Amino acid sequence: MNSTDQNTPLLEVRNLSKHFGAVRALSDFSMAVRPGEVVALAGDNGAGKTTLIKAISGVFQPTGGEILLRGQPVAFATPQEARERGIETIYQDLALADNLSIGANIFLGREPMRKAFGLLPVLDRKAMAEAARETMKRLDFHVSRLEAPVSNFSGGQRQAVAIGRAVYWDAQILIMDEPTAALGVPEQRKVISLIHQLKAQGRGVIFISHNLQDIFAVSDRIVVLRRGVQAGERKISETNHDEVVKLMVGG
Amino acid sequence: MTSTSQAKPAEQHVAPQADHGDPARGLIARIADGRAWLFLAGLLICFEIWSRLAFGVTFVLNPFNLQSIAIFAVAPLLLATGQTFVIISGGIDLSLGFIMGLAAVIAAHATNMAGAAIPLPLAMLAGMLAAVIVAGVPGIINGLLISRLKVPPFIGTLGMFGVARGAAFLLAGGTTVPVQNSWFALLGNGKFYGIPYLVLITAVFVIVMHYLLSQTRFGQHNYAIGANVQAARRAGIDIKGHILRLYVLSAMCAGLGGALYAARFTAGAAQAGEPLLLDSVAAVVIGGASLFGGSGTILGTVAGALVIAVIQYGLVFVNVEPFWQFMAVGVVIIISVLIDQAQRRFSGGRQDE
Repeated sequence: MNSTDQNTPLLEVRNLSKHFGAVRALSDFSMAVRPGEVVALAGDNGAGKTTLIKAISGVFQPTGGEILLRGQPVAFATPQEARERGIETIYQDLALADNLSIGANIFLGREPMRKAFGLLPVLDRKAMAEAARETMKRLDFHVSRLEAPVSNFSGGQRQAVAIGRAVYWDAQILIMDEPTAALGVPEQRKVISLIHQLKAQGRGVIFISHNLQDIFAVSDRIVVLRRGVQAGERKISETNHDEVVKLMVGG
Repeated sequence: MTSTSQAKPAEQHVAPQADHGDPARGLIARIADGRAWLFLAGLLICFEIWSRLAFGVTFVLNPFNLQSIAIFAVAPLLLATGQTFVIISGGIDLSLGFIMGLAAVIAAHATNMAGAAIPLPLAMLAGMLAAVIVAGVPGIINGLLISRLKVPPFIGTLGMFGVARGAAFLLAGGTTVPVQNSWFALLGNGKFYGIPYLVLITAVFVIVMHYLLSQTRFGQHNYAIGANVQAARRAGIDIKGHILRLYVLSAMCAGLGGALYAARFTAGAAQAGEPLLLDSVAAVVIGGASLFGGSGTILGTVAGALVIAVIQYGLVFVNVEPFWQFMAVGVVIIISVLIDQAQRRFSGGRQDE
C-alpha cells in the first residue's frame, strides 16, 4: 500500500504488530493518513481497532513494525509523548472534567497563569475563556456561557469541547474512537460536521465507528480490520455498504 | 441496507446550536451554591428573635457573642479547610481529629522543651512549627497509602485515625500536657482590637487556602481529579503526587488546629480534635461540597463551620439543653444535602445516585 501521492503522509503505520502472549491482536498492519484526509477504521468487536489506536497513541508499545510521522520513524513511550508530537486521541468517554468550564478543560494540566497585583500567581481565567471562545468559534460552535461547567452542555457540545482541546493544542492527527456512538441523531450530524471542519483545516483524522452511515458521510477511505489483519482498504467513492460489511465479517 | 456513497461537501455542515442558557436555573443554582450563607443568616435571625423574646437582649449585636462564636469555629474550621480539599478530590480524611490531638500534644511538649533553651516567643514559634511538621508525617503516610498502594481513603485514614490516636495518648502519657509559656497563653487568649489572635490567624490561613483552591493549578487539578480521575490522568496531571500533597496539606491544617488548641487551653490533649472530625465533614457538606467529589469551596466551608458554631453557641445562649445541638446540626446537614440533590436534578447535571 505504497502511495504514489506526492505529499508525504502525516502518519504512516508499516507492518505494525502487537502480540499479547500468544494472542496476535494485530499482525502486519499498514495504513497511512494524509493531510486533510479522514480514514475510517472499521471492523467487528475484537478485530484489533482499539489495539491499533493504542499502539499509535503510545498506550502500548508495538511488538513489531514502525510508525512514521511525516516520514520520520517515531516511538512513543507514553500517551503524553504522542500528544506532544501532535497525535491526540479522543476517547468515547470524552475525558472531560464535567465540573470545569470549557476553557479549564482545554487547558487541563497546562493552565496559563498570570500575576495578580504584579506578584501573586493566579490562574488566568480570562485567557482560558478567550481561548475557549476562539477555539469553539473555529469549530463553528458558538457558546455564550464560557464559565459554565461542561456538564451543562449536550453530548455533541461536549464532543466538540474534546475536539476543541485537540485543535487548540494543534493536534495534526486526531484519532476519534466512536465519536458519535453515545449521541442522538442531530448531535451525530454536528459531530460529522466537526470532522468536516478538521478535514478542511488540513488535519488527519482516524475515525473509528460501527456506523456505516457516518463512515460514508465523512471518510475518504475506509480500512477494514478483521481478526488483527487488514481485510481490505477501499476509497469511499468506489465502494458501498455491502462490500464493507462483507470485508468486516469475511466471506 | 442501501448502498450509497454520499460525499457531503464541507460547507453543508449543520451549525450547532448555542448552549441552552436558562436564567431561572442559574438563579436556583446560585441559591443552592450560597445555601450555607443563607442558613447562617437564617440562624442568626432566629436566635436574635428568640433571644429578644425570651430575655429581651440582643444576640447578634453583642460583640462577646460574636467573639465566642468565632473562637468556637476556629478548630473545626481549620480541620474543615483541609477536609474541603480532600472531599473535593473525592476522598475523605478521617484521621484529622487525632492528628490535631497529636499536634496539640507535640506543640505543648516542644514549646516546653524549647522554652528551657531559647527565649519564650521563639520557643512558642518552635513549638507550633514542630506541631505542624509532625502532623505532616501521618499525612505523608496517608498520601502514600492512598496514592501508591491504592488503599481507599476511608480505610487508609481510618487506620491512621487509630495510629495517631495511640501516638498522641502515648506522647501525652495518657493525660493533658500543660504549657509553661506566657507568650503561648497570650497568643491563645489575647486580642487585637477586640479580635482574638486565634481568629486572626485562622482568617489569614483560610484566605491563603481559598487562594490555593480557587486560583492555583493545584486547586484546579483538585477539582478535575474529583470529577474525573481518568480525564485528569489523560491530561497529564501527576495524580499520585497530587494525592500525596493533598493529604499532607490536610494533615498540616489539622496540625495548625492542634497548635492553636494548645495555645487556647495552654495545654496539649490527645483528645483535642476527637469531637471535631465529624464537625469538619459536616461543615464541608453544609458548605456545599458533594461527598462524591468535584464540588465545594473554602468560602462555603467557612459558612458551614460558622453555621455549626452558631447552632452550638446559640442554643447554649438561649438556654436549651445542649443535646439539642446534635439534632440541630444533624437536621441542617440533611437539609443541605437535600438542597444539593434537588439542585442537581433541576440543573440536569450529573446526578449522584
